[in-house]
Amino acid sequence: MSLAKRIIPCLDVDNGRVVKGVKFVDIRDAGDPVENARRYNLEGADELTFLDITASSDDRDTMVHVVEDVAREVFIPLTVGGGIRELADIRRMLNAGADKVSINTAAVFNPEFVAAAADKFGSQCIVVAVDAKRVSAEDEPGRWEIFTHGGRKPTGIDTLEWVQKMDAYGAGEILLTSMDRDGTKIGFDNELTRQVSEVVRVPVIASGGVGNLQHLADGILQGKADAVLAASIFHFGEYRISEAKAFMRARGIEVRDD
Amino acid sequence: MQTIAVVDYGMGNLRSVVNALQVVADDRDQVILTSDPAQVLQADRVVFPGQGAAGDCMRAIDEYGLRESITVAAQQRPFLGICMGLQVLIEHSEENQGTACLGIFKGQVKYFGDGHKDQSGVKLKVPHMGWNRVTQTQSHPLWHSIADDSRFYFVHSYYLEVETPDLLAGVTDYGFSFTSAIARDNLFALQCHPEKSADAGLQLLRNFVNWDGRP
Repeated sequence: MSLAKRIIPCLDVDNGRVVKGVKFVDIRDAGDPVENARRYNLEGADELTFLDITASSDDRDTMVHVVEDVAREVFIPLTVGGGIRELADIRRMLNAGADKVSINTAAVFNPEFVAAAADKFGSQCIVVAVDAKRVSAEDEPGRWEIFTHGGRKPTGIDTLEWVQKMDAYGAGEILLTSMDRDGTKIGFDNELTRQVSEVVRVPVIASGGVGNLQHLADGILQGKADAVLAASIFHFGEYRISEAKAFMRARGIEVRDD
Repeated sequence: MQTIAVVDYGMGNLRSVVNALQVVADDRDQVILTSDPAQVLQADRVVFPGQGAAGDCMRAIDEYGLRESITVAAQQRPFLGICMGLQVLIEHSEENQGTACLGIFKGQVKYFGDGHKDQSGVKLKVPHMGWNRVTQTQSHPLWHSIADDSRFYFVHSYYLEVETPDLLAGVTDYGFSFTSAIARDNLFALQCHPEKSADAGLQLLRNFVNWDGRP
């Protein structure tokens, strides 16, 4: 095996500014997306994901400029998520310099959108973001349902069936977030991740719950994820990407560190 | 002062290719994104990127009337193929129930397969996506200052199988060893994306913009 497992920092962007980044000590402007991207790139991030959390769709243009600015000087893959609802949204982000877009709610309400997007732009740039929540009891075999609206609204859709459908519809990658774990810092839902990774052909990015470096390694070793995504442990300067890679390498995980 | 043409036939994110070339090129160089066959023929060097499916790529090349100028440029001046810009140089791709390609080189483009596994039987994901090593199989000006086995960013489900081993410039392991770079005379082409491969990728592009087109 020589394909490296990827570490992907995720940056939340609100109105063109990175939020959560306030505790960074040694960069000039903690909220500047380009500064953050530059720093993560230097630390060895394998990709960057920007999540546009801007509430108003009138401000979407701001995100386009963010992507343009980052793509001008950071030469690793860039994924943009949040508010991707139409083919025109995808085209705008790709033209700005994004390599992939992540589709979440729009896929749930209209699965054909994923097929149309993959057909139009190629599967390589279509990431389907899946928010899953465990609905089975502790002593039952795991069953997870797709939720929307930040984990508040159930859809009745079974996660394992859903990811296979998205794979068949042309998703190039699955970004899997455990809504039970998101924000908890107790680690990924590795059982969920492993089951998803086993039923799809495409790479799976584990997300939701990372609190320390062991959690990242567990996502790969137990969850069988192809990549791990984290926000807060990197944002607040608790760990550097380079430390995460050294930690994973010491546990026999192949990472890009050369 | 030179003109570097990036061929735009509507397939994929070319902004990053242009951005990266602008970073490594001389300030006086002109990097142009063009669909115009005449501009492709007039440029001092040509970058031929591409993403998406082989059938769509070939259709787009013909719709833009670019087949001849790409073929001529590929034989006459420093020419860099990237990703689909490598695959469609070959005779034939398995993609889209079989697609006839430009046929500049003999060979086939094949699917990794749904049951793709590594030597120990572990399932390998398709597309092959992420940072993998490129082993340099010949010394070449485009590998200048790039360590052997450096990692580059890949994203593809199909791979190249060339008939003439002397074309090989780099190989990569994903379940088996496949062709990740080819070189002949003034042409160099890669399966991976140098414009997304951080320092190693920028160095390769820097080597390309300074290359005299001789192996």
